[in-house]
Amino acid sequence: MNAEAVNGSLSRAFFALLRRDLLLAFRRRTELLFPVIFLLVVVSLFPLGIGPGPQLLARIAPGVIWIAALLATVISLDALFRSDFEDGTMEQFVISGHPLTLIALAKILAHWLVAGLPIVLMSPLLALWMNLPTESLGVMILTLAIGTPILSLIGSIGVGLTISLKRGGQLLSLLVFPLYVPILIIATAAVMAASDSLPYTQFLGLLTAGLITSVTLAPFAAAAALKISLS
Amino acid sequence: MLTASQIVFERYFEPVFEPVDFELKSGELLLVTGANGCGKTTLIRVLAGILHPTSGSIDLQAAGMAYVGHYLGIKDDLSVLENLRFMRDFLGTSGTSCEELISEVGLTRVVEQQARTLSAGQRKRCALARLLVSQAQLWLLDEPYSNLDQEGVELVDRLLDNHLGAGGACVLATHGAHRPEWGGTIDYHLVSGAAA
Repeated sequence: MNAEAVNGSLSRAFFALLRRDLLLAFRRRTELLFPVIFLLVVVSLFPLGIGPGPQLLARIAPGVIWIAALLATVISLDALFRSDFEDGTMEQFVISGHPLTLIALAKILAHWLVAGLPIVLMSPLLALWMNLPTESLGVMILTLAIGTPILSLIGSIGVGLTISLKRGGQLLSLLVFPLYVPILIIATAAVMAASDSLPYTQFLGLLTAGLITSVTLAPFAAAAALKISLS
Repeated sequence: MLTASQIVFERYFEPVFEPVDFELKSGELLLVTGANGCGKTTLIRVLAGILHPTSGSIDLQAAGMAYVGHYLGIKDDLSVLENLRFMRDFLGTSGTSCEELISEVGLTRVVEQQARTLSAGQRKRCALARLLVSQAQLWLLDEPYSNLDQEGVELVDRLLDNHLGAGGACVLATHGAHRPEWGGTIDYHLVSGAAA
């Protein structure tokens, strides 16, 4: 087979898998909606717990929204490879001869579309609840749009490593939260800088660099982790 | 098509089976038999490339490989047709008509049903249809007769006859209740490594 034919068959496999994962997500709507509802509930608890002082809420808004986004992502992460792993589909993927890295990338993209994108879309509502200043709303949305794919990508490595364990989900959170710390720091720093009318583009640049790095490296690591888990 | 020389697979530093040696040519069926727990499934998974042999080598010269194991790899939330269509698109074997294959394995009546509603035997038939979708030259079948009724057992034998007759090859592991009738059958009795 020549290189063009190989590329064609790989991209067909990629989109077939992406389409299937999205279809499966819509067939299991409770799994689809749970992380989003969880996010809304966690954020709405903060004004109730610490009192509705507008200044205080505005101050903690970036941190609260971002921490809620981390929690919601970790909740949905375990589903990333689990069903394919448990019903034998992952073995079929390995035998198909398609690179596991490509398969991991398609599944991570599907995960972000289902679990990460809704967080980005919900963020204006969350910002309103938390009384986030309108001038930093755009930056908040941007950090989530750049940051949530990183969460899915880094998380996929943890999922790959813990997938063969019965209760892997619990270990997973311990494994990935430390890796999420830099993203949390950079993203909230960007939003806080925007709230204080300070320059924030350097933080967005750092986040984008993180996204590019994780897009290029995380699928390889996730595929290697899956191979270890399969044997 | 498939040559195995001195394959050893160790789990926790114990060999699972005695070193495996065979040569499988086109049109031949390797029938792996042995007691429960002697490593039939492990051997098939090693040949499939899911597990890596501790020592020894596998030389594979086949256009494509298809595998039916204990976990069938069928998505519960997709219908029979959607399952097969996905595999066809994923593997890029666009020439096959999924509807025809479904009628060949006798699932026409449940074609639009979600796979979760199927019986164990019907799921097995769905997995067999995937073998045909893959258009692979080498089949690796792990206990293909389990859960199937008499008609289903005959179906497996018929599919095997067609596949081997068309120049394919197959490794089939079974504990021996039923054995396929095929001229080019090589018997391989697997011995557990712990016995040695």
